[in-house]
Amino acid sequence: MPAIEAHHLYKVFGKKPREGVALLEAGQSREAITRAGSTPAVIDASFSVEEGEIFVVMGLSGSGKSTLIRMINGLYEPTAGTVEVYGENLTAASKRDLRRIRRERISMVFQHFALFPHRTVVDNAAYGLETQGVAKAERRARAHEALELCGLTGWDDHKPGELSGGMQQRVGLARALAADTDILLMDEAFSALDPLIRRDMQDQLIELQHKLGKTILFITHDLNEAMRLGDRIAMMRDGRIVQIGTAEEILTDPANDYVAQFVADVDRTRVLTASSIMEKPVAVLGSEQGPRAAHRLMREQQQAGLYVVGRDRTLLGYVTEDDVSTNLTHPDLTGLMQQVTTTVTASTPVAELFTPSAEITLPLPVIDDKHRLLGVIPKVTLLSALGTPAEVPTDAAAPAQKESTRV
Amino acid sequence: MSEPILHPLNLMPRIHLGDWVNTAVDWLTTHWAPFFDGIGNGLNSIVEHLTNLLMSGPIIVIVIVLAAIALLARGIGTAVAAAVGLLLIDSFDEWAAAMQTLALIVVAAVIAIVLAIPIGIVAAKSHIGSLVIRPVLDFMQTLPAYVYLLPALFFFGLGAAAGVVATIIFALPPGVRLTELGIRQVDVEMVEAGQSFGATPSKVLFGVQIPLAMPTIMAGINQVIMLALSMVVIGGMVGAPGLGQDVTSALTTLDIGQGAEAGVSVVFIAIYLDRVTAGIGKGSGSLRKAAAVFRGPLGRLAERRTEAAEDETTAKAA
Repeated sequence: MPAIEAHHLYKVFGKKPREGVALLEAGQSREAITRAGSTPAVIDASFSVEEGEIFVVMGLSGSGKSTLIRMINGLYEPTAGTVEVYGENLTAASKRDLRRIRRERISMVFQHFALFPHRTVVDNAAYGLETQGVAKAERRARAHEALELCGLTGWDDHKPGELSGGMQQRVGLARALAADTDILLMDEAFSALDPLIRRDMQDQLIELQHKLGKTILFITHDLNEAMRLGDRIAMMRDGRIVQIGTAEEILTDPANDYVAQFVADVDRTRVLTASSIMEKPVAVLGSEQGPRAAHRLMREQQQAGLYVVGRDRTLLGYVTEDDVSTNLTHPDLTGLMQQVTTTVTASTPVAELFTPSAEITLPLPVIDDKHRLLGVIPKVTLLSALGTPAEVPTDAAAPAQKESTRV
Repeated sequence: MSEPILHPLNLMPRIHLGDWVNTAVDWLTTHWAPFFDGIGNGLNSIVEHLTNLLMSGPIIVIVIVLAAIALLARGIGTAVAAAVGLLLIDSFDEWAAAMQTLALIVVAAVIAIVLAIPIGIVAAKSHIGSLVIRPVLDFMQTLPAYVYLLPALFFFGLGAAAGVVATIIFALPPGVRLTELGIRQVDVEMVEAGQSFGATPSKVLFGVQIPLAMPTIMAGINQVIMLALSMVVIGGMVGAPGLGQDVTSALTTLDIGQGAEAGVSVVFIAIYLDRVTAGIGKGSGSLRKAAAVFRGPLGRLAERRTEAAEDETTAKAA
């Protein structure tokens, strides 16, 4: 069951919101509705967020992303459509149920921190527990733990006003984590921070997410942040979701010109990973094969060396033409193989492939966690990955991830 | 007076508002007399008791107590100035009148504040409430005081009660307006933060909105007190005892000297009350504890609600 499911969400502000939705459904443009006096903020947004996923909604200001996130915890009531949180329909819930769902399921981190200035840091962090009715001593202890988890020790009894922006947002994050809900909503949570601190917080968020396995819905206007954090990204424009996909899918296969233009400035080498540019090796050898067969294969393929794999494609080593041509009498390749010292994994960013690639003469081997050979990256391929999107070979691998949704 | 040139079309019939008001006042004074008497007697006796309290000790003791309050609220400078001002009032032979005025103002201001804050909360929470309340406040603030002073005289008779009621009518509006403004000005994100963690509306109100609106609400309270003081002289006309009466009698006997002494005493009391309440609002001076006195009841109320909720959960768990 997905943690969050949104079905055809609409939010129209103004005097006659429902009419606005009807007009939009009938195919009228956003501009036409605006001229009629209503403001459509979110138009027909559908998506689902899986448990344990970081789902980023990315859009410029006025694209409706803040309105969208506020419908997920019921701060705004959708004009049409439904929101389900762990299968429970939020849109139909009574106010009482809504408060219960918020207490048990969803916490939120705000752009400008929204800490209560009249409460101490620890009491701020304990706020969610307070609404849950946890006794004072316990909620303070748990809030203290959450603060430590967020790297903020020794500030418990200070007021938020005495802290720097980055520290304040750590309190905001601790407040959300202390509540111990399954879902974290983060509304431009790092946008008000300095770039260096922002990066720091992003790293920490990823680390915390690995540790705690929260489901995170993250809103941002910063594409680099979206690409860094998001397992999947929804691109929003003028109230509509125009594309949902992984960072790589959006980079390599933008749904329209708007998205393409948007991602044009992204440092591709940091987003694209080895898996999206690796190729099938032209040939591999089995360890039981003899030197003569190996020699012939190298000649045929005009390769100076080949990788040797086991039956389950485990990477065992490699042999060069010299190795085999001087030992043609050997029964198999076991004694002739050289150790492979340089490997990369499928998730290594392209930017980090250049140094390893320069260290070896053979194409760079890409392996998985069981040391199986997934593919190789020849130097030519690596260079062409720096080029324009059209020239990036995407057909080689990772077919499972190719399900970029176009809306 | 009916010059045809002014009324060429005779658009509006003569509406006899004055007659209606006369009838209404007559009707109220005859049929609601016990009600107004009750309120009048109550107010008179409260003011009297407070005056007696302020007059009960030697003047120097009262001066020290009032200066100590200034010290707590604001600091040593204000305390010294307060002591000097109060001693000057005594040297003008206006001490008794000043204490009567102080008692009257404190009673009127406390009642006005107790009414203003809840009304302000309603206005902040409800759009319709705000729409209804605003013109009423305009009316209260701009209607010339003499217009409601006379009916007050009819209802409550000559004395402190009529002065207190007139003062409340005049001084209440800024308390309501600034409470509404303060609550509306609280950052939306703060309110959302409360709501997003599942807090009930009353917990958001008492735990987030009112504490954050407190500086503005305190500015409103300060304004209520200052306006109450400016009604003192007018209150003197309906027999409210104190400096106002001295000023009024000085005016009628053309005794400019007595008028000046009473008038300057009003100013001293005004400055004292302004500095003390402003100090409490800002939480400045030697003690924020003074502010905690004001915030205390609200904070405790919110706390009690939480504890009640806690008990409920524990009970459920058991």
